[in-house]
Amino acid sequence: MSIQDLEKIFQDKIDNEIKIEPKDWMPEAYRKTNIRQISQHAHSEVVGMLPEGNWISRAPSLKRKAILIAKVQDEAGHGLYLYSSAETLGSSRDEMIAHLLSGKAKYSSIFNYPTLTWADMGAVGWLVDGAAILNQVMLCRTSYGPYARAMVRICKEESFHQRQGFESLLVLSRGTAEQKAMCQDAINRWWWPSLMMFGPKDSESTNSDQSMKWKIKRKTNDELRQQFVDMIAEQIKVLGMKLPDADLKWNEERKHYDFGEINWDEFWQVVKGNGPCNKQRLAARNKAHDDGEWVREAAIAYAEKKKQPKTQAA
Amino acid sequence: MNNRFFRKFYYGDIPEDNAGGNMEVAKAGNAHAWPLWEVFVRSKQGLDHKHVGSLHAADATMAIENARDVYTRRQEGVSIWVVESKFITASNPDEAGELYEPAADKIYRHPTFYELPDEVGHM
Repeated sequence: MSIQDLEKIFQDKIDNEIKIEPKDWMPEAYRKTNIRQISQHAHSEVVGMLPEGNWISRAPSLKRKAILIAKVQDEAGHGLYLYSSAETLGSSRDEMIAHLLSGKAKYSSIFNYPTLTWADMGAVGWLVDGAAILNQVMLCRTSYGPYARAMVRICKEESFHQRQGFESLLVLSRGTAEQKAMCQDAINRWWWPSLMMFGPKDSESTNSDQSMKWKIKRKTNDELRQQFVDMIAEQIKVLGMKLPDADLKWNEERKHYDFGEINWDEFWQVVKGNGPCNKQRLAARNKAHDDGEWVREAAIAYAEKKKQPKTQAA
Repeated sequence: MNNRFFRKFYYGDIPEDNAGGNMEVAKAGNAHAWPLWEVFVRSKQGLDHKHVGSLHAADATMAIENARDVYTRRQEGVSIWVVESKFITASNPDEAGELYEPAADKIYRHPTFYELPDEVGHM
Protein backbone atom coordinates (compact mmCIF):
# COMPACT_ATOMS: atom_id res chain seq x y z
CA MET A 1 0.00 0.00 0.00
CA SER A 2 1.31 3.46 -0.82
CA ILE A 3 1.98 6.01 1.87
CA GLN A 4 -0.87 8.12 0.51
CA ASP A 5 -3.28 5.23 0.94
CA LEU A 6 -2.07 4.62 4.47
CA GLU A 7 -2.42 8.29 5.29
CA LYS A 8 -5.91 8.32 3.90
CA ILE A 9 -6.97 5.30 5.94
CA PHE A 10 -5.42 6.94 9.00
CA GLN A 11 -7.21 10.26 8.46
CA ASP A 12 -10.49 8.48 7.75
CA LYS A 13 -10.25 6.75 11.10
CA ILE A 14 -9.64 10.07 12.82
CA ASP A 15 -12.52 11.73 10.99
CA ASN A 16 -14.80 8.87 12.00
CA GLU A 17 -13.74 9.11 15.64
CA ILE A 18 -11.99 5.73 15.58
CA LYS A 19 -9.11 5.77 18.06
CA ILE A 20 -5.57 5.07 16.91
CA GLU A 21 -3.94 2.21 18.82
CA PRO A 22 -0.23 1.51 19.36
CA LYS A 23 0.30 -1.04 16.60
CA ASP A 24 -1.74 0.82 13.98
CA TRP A 25 0.03 2.57 11.14
CA MET A 26 0.44 6.28 11.83
CA PRO A 27 2.35 9.14 10.22
CA GLU A 28 5.75 9.68 11.81
CA ALA A 29 4.85 13.27 12.68
CA TYR A 30 1.75 12.05 14.54
CA ARG A 31 3.88 9.67 16.55
CA LYS A 32 6.46 12.34 17.33
CA THR A 33 3.91 14.98 18.27
CA ASN A 34 2.21 12.56 20.61
CA ILE A 35 5.46 11.46 22.21
CA ARG A 36 6.49 15.07 22.76
CA GLN A 37 3.13 16.12 24.10
CA ILE A 38 2.51 13.09 26.31
CA SER A 39 6.01 13.08 27.77
CA GLN A 40 5.84 16.81 28.49
CA HIS A 41 2.55 16.19 30.18
CA ALA A 42 4.14 13.39 32.23
CA HIS A 43 7.08 15.61 33.19
CA SER A 44 4.60 18.28 34.30
CA GLU A 45 2.94 15.83 36.66
CA VAL A 46 6.28 14.77 38.09
CA VAL A 47 7.74 18.27 38.50
CA GLY A 48 4.33 19.38 39.74
CA MET A 49 4.95 17.38 42.90
CA LEU A 50 7.78 19.72 43.92
CA PRO A 51 5.94 23.00 44.68
CA GLU A 52 3.44 21.05 46.78
CA GLY A 53 5.98 18.78 48.40
CA ASN A 54 7.35 21.99 49.85
CA TRP A 55 4.32 22.24 52.14
CA ILE A 56 3.76 18.66 53.25
CA SER A 57 5.85 19.07 56.39
CA ARG A 58 4.31 22.48 57.06
CA ALA A 59 0.63 21.80 56.53
CA PRO A 60 -1.44 23.47 59.26
CA SER A 61 -3.22 20.30 60.37
CA LEU A 62 -3.01 16.54 60.13
CA LYS A 63 -6.06 16.54 57.86
CA ARG A 64 -4.49 19.00 55.42
CA LYS A 65 -1.25 17.08 55.51
CA ALA A 66 -2.96 13.79 54.66
CA ILE A 67 -4.84 15.47 51.80
CA LEU A 68 -1.66 17.00 50.44
CA ILE A 69 0.22 13.71 50.57
CA ALA A 70 -2.64 11.98 48.74
CA LYS A 71 -2.64 14.68 46.09
CA VAL A 72 1.12 14.52 45.56
CA GLN A 73 0.89 10.73 45.33
CA ASP A 74 -1.78 11.15 42.67
CA GLU A 75 0.54 13.39 40.65
CA ALA A 76 3.18 10.66 40.71
CA GLY A 77 0.57 8.18 39.50
CA HIS A 78 -0.54 10.55 36.74
CA GLY A 79 3.05 10.89 35.60
CA LEU A 80 3.29 7.14 35.44
CA TYR A 81 0.07 6.66 33.43
CA LEU A 82 1.39 9.18 30.95
CA TYR A 83 4.91 7.79 30.66
CA SER A 84 3.34 4.39 30.02
CA SER A 85 1.19 5.72 27.24
CA ALA A 86 4.17 7.49 25.61
CA GLU A 87 6.09 4.22 25.84
CA THR A 88 3.48 2.55 23.65
CA LEU A 89 4.71 4.86 20.87
CA GLY A 90 8.24 3.53 21.10
CA SER A 91 9.86 6.04 23.40
CA SER A 92 11.71 4.44 26.31
CA ARG A 93 11.14 5.53 29.88
CA ASP A 94 14.86 6.07 30.41
CA GLU A 95 15.09 8.29 27.40
CA MET A 96 12.19 10.46 28.52
CA ILE A 97 13.55 10.78 32.05
CA ALA A 98 16.99 11.60 30.65
CA HIS A 99 15.50 14.41 28.57
CA LEU A 100 13.72 15.82 31.60
CA LEU A 101 16.84 15.69 33.75
CA SER A 102 19.06 17.30 31.14
CA GLY A 103 16.63 20.16 30.61
CA LYS A 104 15.99 19.24 26.99
CA ALA A 105 12.38 18.25 27.56
CA LYS A 106 9.91 20.82 28.78
CA TYR A 107 7.19 20.72 31.39
CA SER A 108 4.44 23.15 32.22
CA SER A 109 5.98 26.50 33.14
CA ILE A 110 3.57 27.00 35.99
CA PHE A 111 5.68 24.76 38.19
CA ASN A 112 8.59 27.17 37.94
CA TYR A 113 6.80 29.55 40.28
CA PRO A 114 7.45 29.32 44.02
CA THR A 115 4.84 28.34 46.63
CA LEU A 116 5.41 31.03 49.23
CA THR A 117 2.57 30.59 51.71
CA TRP A 118 0.14 27.90 52.78
CA ALA A 119 -2.59 29.66 50.80
CA ASP A 120 -0.65 28.78 47.67
CA MET A 121 -1.66 25.15 48.16
CA GLY A 122 -5.28 26.22 47.84
CA ALA A 123 -4.59 28.48 44.87
CA VAL A 124 -2.59 25.79 43.08
CA GLY A 125 -5.39 23.25 43.54
CA TRP A 126 -8.14 25.61 42.48
CA LEU A 127 -6.44 27.58 39.68
CA VAL A 128 -3.57 25.44 38.40
CA ASP A 129 -5.38 22.13 38.62
CA GLY A 130 -8.53 23.85 37.44
CA ALA A 131 -6.74 25.00 34.30
CA ALA A 132 -5.15 21.60 33.82
CA ILE A 133 -8.51 19.86 34.14
CA LEU A 134 -10.03 21.82 31.26
CA ASN A 135 -7.18 20.67 29.06
CA GLN A 136 -7.41 17.12 30.34
CA VAL A 137 -11.16 16.82 29.93
CA MET A 138 -10.67 17.76 26.30
CA LEU A 139 -7.86 15.20 26.01
CA CYS A 140 -10.17 12.40 27.17
CA ARG A 141 -11.34 12.55 23.54
CA THR A 142 -7.90 12.77 21.96
CA SER A 143 -7.36 10.46 18.99
CA TYR A 144 -4.56 8.30 20.41
CA GLY A 145 -6.20 5.53 22.45
CA PRO A 146 -3.66 5.02 25.26
CA TYR A 147 -3.42 8.79 25.84
CA ALA A 148 -7.20 9.14 25.96
CA ARG A 149 -7.51 6.26 28.43
CA ALA A 150 -4.82 7.71 30.69
CA MET A 151 -6.72 11.00 30.62
CA VAL A 152 -10.00 9.41 31.65
CA ARG A 153 -8.28 7.91 34.66
CA ILE A 154 -6.54 11.18 35.51
CA CYS A 155 -9.71 13.27 35.21
CA LYS A 156 -11.50 11.00 37.68
CA GLU A 157 -8.80 11.73 40.24
CA GLU A 158 -8.14 15.34 39.37
CA SER A 159 -11.48 16.71 40.45
CA PHE A 160 -10.58 16.00 44.08
CA HIS A 161 -7.50 18.16 43.57
CA GLN A 162 -9.43 21.17 42.46
CA ARG A 163 -12.16 20.80 45.07
CA GLN A 164 -9.73 20.44 47.98
CA GLY A 165 -7.93 23.57 46.76
CA PHE A 166 -11.08 25.62 46.59
CA GLU A 167 -12.26 24.37 49.95
CA SER A 168 -8.93 25.21 51.52
CA LEU A 169 -9.20 28.78 50.20
CA LEU A 170 -12.81 28.95 51.36
CA VAL A 171 -11.68 28.25 54.92
CA LEU A 172 -9.09 31.02 54.69
CA SER A 173 -11.59 33.43 53.15
CA ARG A 174 -13.81 33.01 56.20
CA GLY A 175 -10.94 33.35 58.66
CA THR A 176 -9.08 36.22 60.30
CA ALA A 177 -8.08 39.41 58.46
CA GLU A 178 -4.60 37.95 58.12
CA GLN A 179 -5.89 34.72 56.62
CA LYS A 180 -8.08 36.62 54.17
CA ALA A 181 -5.10 38.69 53.09
CA MET A 182 -3.05 35.54 52.59
CA CYS A 183 -5.83 34.06 50.45
CA GLN A 184 -6.03 37.17 48.26
CA ASP A 185 -2.26 37.34 47.93
CA ALA A 186 -2.05 33.76 46.68
CA ILE A 187 -4.79 34.40 44.13
CA ASN A 188 -2.98 37.54 42.96
CA ARG A 189 0.23 35.65 42.35
CA TRP A 190 -1.27 32.56 40.70
CA TRP A 191 -3.92 34.10 38.48
CA TRP A 192 -1.79 35.30 35.58
CA PRO A 193 0.57 32.32 35.45
CA SER A 194 -2.55 30.10 35.39
CA LEU A 195 -3.85 31.96 32.33
CA MET A 196 -0.47 31.47 30.68
CA MET A 197 -0.79 27.71 31.10
CA PHE A 198 -3.01 27.61 28.03
CA GLY A 199 -0.18 28.85 25.81
CA PRO A 200 0.07 31.68 23.26
CA LYS A 201 -2.92 33.26 21.61
CA ASP A 202 -4.42 31.54 18.60
CA SER A 203 -3.83 34.63 16.48
CA GLU A 204 -0.08 34.22 16.81
CA SER A 205 -0.10 31.12 14.74
CA THR A 206 0.27 31.12 11.00
CA ASN A 207 0.80 27.39 10.68
CA SER A 208 -1.90 25.05 9.59
CA ASP A 209 -3.29 23.31 12.53
CA GLN A 210 -2.17 19.73 12.26
CA SER A 211 -2.88 18.83 15.89
CA MET A 212 -6.52 19.80 15.43
CA LYS A 213 -6.79 17.94 12.14
CA TRP A 214 -5.41 14.84 13.83
CA LYS A 215 -7.66 15.47 16.82
CA ILE A 216 -4.75 15.26 19.21
CA LYS A 217 -6.14 18.57 20.45
CA ARG A 218 -9.78 19.44 20.09
CA LYS A 219 -9.98 22.99 21.37
CA THR A 220 -7.71 25.94 20.78
CA ASN A 221 -5.68 27.70 23.47
CA ASP A 222 -8.01 30.69 23.46
CA GLU A 223 -11.15 28.57 23.68
CA LEU A 224 -9.83 26.75 26.73
CA ARG A 225 -8.55 29.96 28.32
CA GLN A 226 -11.93 31.65 27.88
CA GLN A 227 -13.66 28.65 29.40
CA PHE A 228 -11.31 28.91 32.38
CA VAL A 229 -11.84 32.65 32.88
CA ASP A 230 -15.63 32.25 32.72
CA MET A 231 -15.49 29.47 35.30
CA ILE A 232 -13.14 31.19 37.75
CA ALA A 233 -14.74 34.63 37.47
CA GLU A 234 -17.94 33.11 38.86
CA GLN A 235 -16.34 30.87 41.48
CA ILE A 236 -14.30 33.68 43.01
CA LYS A 237 -17.51 35.38 44.05
CA VAL A 238 -18.09 32.55 46.50
CA LEU A 239 -14.71 33.25 48.04
CA GLY A 240 -15.46 36.97 48.28
CA MET A 241 -12.04 37.66 46.76
CA LYS A 242 -10.96 39.59 43.65
CA LEU A 243 -9.07 38.54 40.55
CA PRO A 244 -6.13 40.89 39.91
CA ASP A 245 -7.38 42.16 36.56
CA ALA A 246 -8.98 45.60 36.20
CA ASP A 247 -10.22 44.68 32.72
CA LEU A 248 -12.14 41.63 33.82
CA LYS A 249 -15.77 42.29 32.91
CA TRP A 250 -18.80 40.32 31.75
CA ASN A 251 -19.47 40.97 28.09
CA GLU A 252 -23.18 40.64 27.50
CA GLU A 253 -22.76 40.54 23.74
CA ARG A 254 -20.20 37.75 23.70
CA LYS A 255 -21.72 35.99 26.72
CA HIS A 256 -18.19 35.65 28.04
CA TYR A 257 -15.90 37.52 30.40
CA ASP A 258 -13.45 39.96 28.82
CA PHE A 259 -10.05 39.99 30.45
CA GLY A 260 -6.78 41.92 30.33
CA GLU A 261 -3.62 41.34 28.34
CA ILE A 262 -1.28 38.60 29.51
CA ASN A 263 2.40 39.45 30.02
CA TRP A 264 3.84 37.31 27.23
CA ASP A 265 7.38 38.44 27.91
CA GLU A 266 7.16 36.80 31.29
CA PHE A 267 5.66 33.69 29.71
CA TRP A 268 8.54 33.28 27.26
CA GLN A 269 11.13 34.02 29.90
CA VAL A 270 9.83 31.21 32.09
CA VAL A 271 9.52 28.82 29.15
CA LYS A 272 13.13 29.55 28.23
CA GLY A 273 14.38 28.63 31.66
CA ASN A 274 14.49 32.01 33.36
CA GLY A 275 11.54 31.63 35.71
CA PRO A 276 11.94 31.99 39.47
CA CYS A 277 12.43 28.26 40.13
CA ASN A 278 13.52 26.56 36.88
CA LYS A 279 16.98 25.70 38.16
CA GLN A 280 15.76 24.66 41.56
CA ARG A 281 13.16 22.28 40.08
CA LEU A 282 15.60 20.57 37.76
CA ALA A 283 18.21 20.32 40.49
CA ALA A 284 15.65 18.68 42.80
CA ARG A 285 14.68 16.14 40.12
CA ASN A 286 18.29 15.34 39.37
CA LYS A 287 19.11 14.90 43.03
CA ALA A 288 16.14 12.58 43.56
CA HIS A 289 17.16 10.56 40.53
CA ASP A 290 20.80 10.29 41.61
CA ASP A 291 19.95 9.51 45.21
CA GLY A 292 17.67 6.71 44.04
CA GLU A 293 20.26 5.09 41.82
CA TRP A 294 21.43 2.56 44.40
CA VAL A 295 17.83 1.55 45.16
CA ARG A 296 17.10 0.82 41.51
CA GLU A 297 20.29 -1.17 41.17
CA ALA A 298 19.76 -3.10 44.38
CA ALA A 299 16.23 -4.03 43.31
CA ILE A 300 17.36 -5.40 39.98
CA ALA A 301 20.29 -7.25 41.58
CA TYR A 302 17.88 -8.83 44.06
CA ALA A 303 15.49 -9.84 41.28
CA GLU A 304 18.31 -11.43 39.31
CA LYS A 305 19.59 -13.29 42.34
CA LYS A 306 16.12 -14.71 43.00
CA LYS A 307 15.86 -15.91 39.41
CA GLN A 308 18.92 -18.14 39.72
CA PRO A 309 18.07 -21.75 40.50
CA LYS A 310 18.75 -22.69 44.09
CA THR A 311 21.79 -24.96 44.38
CA GLN A 312 21.19 -27.88 46.63
CA ALA A 313 23.66 -28.44 49.42
CA ALA A 314 25.08 -31.95 49.37
CA MET B 1 7.63 40.88 21.81
CA ASN B 2 4.91 38.35 21.85
CA ASN B 3 5.28 37.33 18.23
CA ARG B 4 8.75 35.98 18.62
CA PHE B 5 7.56 32.57 17.52
CA PHE B 6 5.20 31.87 14.71
CA ARG B 7 4.70 28.27 15.57
CA LYS B 8 1.45 27.09 16.98
CA PHE B 9 1.70 25.07 20.11
CA TYR B 10 -0.60 24.09 22.84
CA TYR B 11 -0.54 23.81 26.54
CA GLY B 12 1.39 20.66 27.25
CA ASP B 13 3.14 20.77 23.89
CA ILE B 14 6.02 23.20 23.94
CA PRO B 15 8.33 22.92 20.94
CA GLU B 16 11.71 21.61 21.93
CA ASP B 17 13.69 24.13 19.91
CA ASN B 18 12.39 26.68 22.34
CA ALA B 19 13.68 24.86 25.37
CA GLY B 20 15.70 26.43 28.11
CA GLY B 21 18.39 24.62 30.01
CA ASN B 22 21.14 22.87 28.18
CA MET B 23 20.13 21.07 25.05
CA GLU B 24 22.48 18.17 25.44
CA VAL B 25 20.74 14.89 25.54
CA ALA B 26 21.70 13.08 28.65
CA LYS B 27 22.81 9.51 28.21
CA ALA B 28 19.77 7.32 27.98
CA GLY B 29 19.76 3.58 27.81
CA ASN B 30 20.21 1.99 31.16
CA ALA B 31 21.41 -1.58 31.31
CA HIS B 32 19.71 -1.92 34.66
CA ALA B 33 16.31 -0.74 33.51
CA TRP B 34 13.41 -2.49 35.18
CA PRO B 35 11.24 -4.51 32.79
CA LEU B 36 7.75 -3.42 31.78
CA TRP B 37 4.69 -5.20 33.22
CA GLU B 38 1.06 -5.15 32.16
CA VAL B 39 -1.45 -4.81 34.97
CA PHE B 40 -4.91 -6.39 35.16
CA VAL B 41 -7.33 -5.56 37.96
CA ARG B 42 -10.52 -7.30 39.10
CA SER B 43 -12.68 -4.42 40.30
CA LYS B 44 -14.94 -6.65 42.39
CA GLN B 45 -15.70 -10.29 43.02
CA GLY B 46 -17.59 -11.80 40.12
CA LEU B 47 -16.06 -9.59 37.43
CA ASP B 48 -13.20 -10.29 35.02
CA HIS B 49 -9.72 -8.93 35.44
CA LYS B 50 -9.39 -6.00 33.10
CA HIS B 51 -6.28 -4.42 31.64
CA VAL B 52 -5.68 -1.09 33.38
CA GLY B 53 -2.20 -0.08 32.28
CA SER B 54 1.45 -0.86 32.71
CA LEU B 55 4.42 -0.07 34.92
CA HIS B 56 8.08 -0.89 35.44
CA ALA B 57 9.23 -3.13 38.28
CA ALA B 58 12.27 -5.23 39.10
CA ASP B 59 10.24 -8.39 39.73
CA ALA B 60 6.69 -9.71 40.04
CA THR B 61 6.35 -8.93 43.73
CA MET B 62 7.34 -5.33 43.18
CA ALA B 63 5.05 -5.14 40.15
CA ILE B 64 2.09 -6.18 42.33
CA GLU B 65 3.03 -3.70 45.04
CA ASN B 66 3.49 -0.86 42.56
CA ALA B 67 0.23 -1.78 40.83
CA ARG B 68 -1.50 -1.60 44.21
CA ASP B 69 -0.15 1.94 44.73
CA VAL B 70 -0.71 3.14 41.20
CA TYR B 71 -3.96 1.53 40.12
CA THR B 72 -5.95 0.86 43.29
CA ARG B 73 -5.50 3.97 45.42
CA ARG B 74 -9.27 4.42 45.56
CA GLN B 75 -10.39 0.86 46.08
CA GLU B 76 -10.58 0.14 42.37
CA GLY B 77 -9.68 -3.49 42.83
CA VAL B 78 -9.81 -6.67 44.89
CA SER B 79 -7.31 -8.68 42.86
CA ILE B 80 -4.34 -7.87 40.65
CA TRP B 81 -2.60 -9.82 37.89
CA VAL B 82 0.73 -8.74 36.45
CA VAL B 83 2.58 -10.20 33.50
CA GLU B 84 5.78 -9.05 31.88
CA SER B 85 4.83 -7.24 28.68
CA LYS B 86 7.29 -9.24 26.59
CA PHE B 87 5.22 -12.39 27.18
CA ILE B 88 2.12 -10.98 25.53
CA THR B 89 1.54 -11.91 21.91
CA ALA B 90 -0.80 -9.57 20.10
CA SER B 91 -2.63 -9.96 16.82
CA ASN B 92 -1.45 -7.75 14.00
CA PRO B 93 -3.87 -4.91 13.20
CA ASP B 94 -2.76 -5.05 9.56
CA GLU B 95 -4.23 -8.54 9.35
CA ALA B 96 -7.48 -7.60 11.06
CA GLY B 97 -9.35 -7.89 7.77
CA GLU B 98 -8.52 -11.54 7.08
CA LEU B 99 -8.61 -12.44 10.75
CA TYR B 100 -12.14 -11.32 11.50
CA GLU B 101 -13.75 -11.39 8.08
CA PRO B 102 -15.00 -15.02 8.37
CA ALA B 103 -17.42 -13.97 11.15
CA ALA B 104 -18.94 -11.14 9.14
CA ASP B 105 -21.35 -13.15 6.95
CA LYS B 106 -22.67 -15.59 9.55
CA ILE B 107 -25.64 -13.69 10.76
CA TYR B 108 -27.40 -17.00 11.53
CA ARG B 109 -25.20 -17.12 14.62
CA HIS B 110 -27.29 -14.39 16.17
CA PRO B 111 -30.67 -15.08 17.80
CA THR B 112 -32.30 -12.19 15.94
CA PHE B 113 -31.81 -14.11 12.65
CA TYR B 114 -34.75 -16.37 13.52
CA GLU B 115 -38.27 -15.03 13.21
CA LEU B 116 -40.72 -16.76 15.51
CA PRO B 117 -44.47 -16.22 16.00
CA ASP B 118 -45.39 -13.91 18.88
CA GLU B 119 -47.23 -16.74 20.66
CA VAL B 120 -43.88 -18.34 21.43
CA GLY B 121 -43.20 -15.52 23.85
CA HIS B 122 -39.76 -14.79 25.15
CA MET B 123 -37.18 -17.28 23.93
